[in-house]
Amino acid sequence: MEAKHRVAAARAKDRPTARSYIRSLFDEFTEFHGDRLFGDDPAIVGGIARLGQTYVTLIAQEKGTTTRERAARNFGSAHPEGYRKALRLMKQAEKFGRPVVTLVDTSGAFCGIGAEERGQGRAIAENLMEMMTLRVPVLAILIGEGGSGGALGLSVADEVWMLENSVYSVISPEGCASILWKDAGRAAEAADCLKLTAQDLVQLSVAERIVPERGKGFEETFALLRSDIEAFLDEKQRVPAEELLQARYQKFRKIQP
Amino acid sequence: MIKGLFKKPRNELELSTTGAKPAPSGVYIPPELFTVCPRCKKSVFTSDVQENAYTCPNCGLHMRFPARQRIAWIADPDSFVELWPDLKSSDPLNFPEYKEKLEAAERASGESESVLTGTARIGGIETALFVMDAAFMMGSMGTVTGEKIARLFEHAAEEDLPVVGFTASGGARMQEGMLSLMQMAKTSGAVKRFSDAGGFYLAMLTDPTTGGVTASFAMEADVTAAEPGALICFAGPRVIEQTIRQKLPPGLGRAESLLKNGFLDKIVPRDQQKKFIVRMLRAHKKPRREG
Ligand SMILES: [Zn+2]
Repeated sequence: MEAKHRVAAARAKDRPTARSYIRSLFDEFTEFHGDRLFGDDPAIVGGIARLGQTYVTLIAQEKGTTTRERAARNFGSAHPEGYRKALRLMKQAEKFGRPVVTLVDTSGAFCGIGAEERGQGRAIAENLMEMMTLRVPVLAILIGEGGSGGALGLSVADEVWMLENSVYSVISPEGCASILWKDAGRAAEAADCLKLTAQDLVQLSVAERIVPERGKGFEETFALLRSDIEAFLDEKQRVPAEELLQARYQKFRKIQP
Repeated sequence: MIKGLFKKPRNELELSTTGAKPAPSGVYIPPELFTVCPRCKKSVFTSDVQENAYTCPNCGLHMRFPARQRIAWIADPDSFVELWPDLKSSDPLNFPEYKEKLEAAERASGESESVLTGTARIGGIETALFVMDAAFMMGSMGTVTGEKIARLFEHAAEEDLPVVGFTASGGARMQEGMLSLMQMAKTSGAVKRFSDAGGFYLAMLTDPTTGGVTASFAMEADVTAAEPGALICFAGPRVIEQTIRQKLPPGLGRAESLLKNGFLDKIVPRDQQKKFIVRMLRAHKKPRREG
């Protein structure tokens, strides 16, 4: 499939959002709010989820499903307080030895006045540093759009999985085309060049696994994903923290010229 | 000095030249001898700008400082040893027109990537140093940029050196796609490991420091300073205006507002930078190890 079709599928309004995953993959979920510094960002949902006998800290970008909810959640584009809430919950997970699972779905971190004034760059930078040395297993799952630094801010993980039709890109194809060729109409071409599909990114060692999309409401996908997450947690929880951190650093470190 | 006089300005953003000739008529004056300051609009000798650490001799505007000249200016004489100068982007995604852009950037900047890395003495103190160059594809972060930064922090950790870094970047380099974005995680990891090992990192943010560099190693230092008036942001003013469709408050994203909002330790003009950096390096100098 051409990259532009993947982009369209990743952005489709009827595509399941994080909420569906949380409901289908986990046996219970308790949401927590706030970054303890400024406020609570509805673009990022975080809390404790149970998967069988295992508790994990779950952090997800939620785009919303109705027009009203989409607006309330800022279409999944987080402010600094969203990234800081995520970091607070990840540090809490580390304290109690809970693995972290993130669900990534954003067109990007929000570009606005308040976001700049409250340090969007610093907030993401801090997550990148802290996630690299978080002493519990971390799994990031790209479920829709992985928009640049805003997606990476939740994706410094031991493994990055991508849904079959998710995309992960340094810039939107439209943005790329308008900067490079002064023509947003060439977005399809840019989408190809950027190598943003799950297939491309597994090949480039940016992602580890492609999660097939099956069933109208993703029922089969969720069932498969649940057992894959269980296996991942089971495996990674046996690995000593030092070894885990070394492997996580090397995973990113080896992405070389 | 004479050599500097006839050096062509490398980039129209850095030195805007015109054919203005404040000289007796009939005498040919090459236009690059003069620089029109983008702020005060005064026509000044390019050599004066260069000798003044690329600040306007009239109004003090901090213009873009070519990386190699900046190193010669901040490091103790002849102390800079460049590391990994031969690393060059291989165009990993085979991106259209990228090879040509890399060649043009090499010609414009005289460098082979957007960052220079190495060791130098500053005020007699051995330091790991990186300096980014906005004249190389607007200082964008490609895989080589990230690789050199990560290697420098690893080298500094091994050799027990402090790191001083001057940032200047338009952000990630889209021609390297996700491989470029991954450099944010890679450099952040290297900074974190260096920091956890007790290393001292001072960042001097210069105009412009934006996007993926702001959201990674620019904002991860122990002491974060900036040059006056520098644009330092995650998203540039134009992008924000397009997103929210309203006028921006004046000064948004400039060093002065970041200081006010709590994201900088200090704004340091060029004529005070060496003194400031030496003072910070001394304050963080580790006692000599026993045995
Ligand atoms: Zn001036």
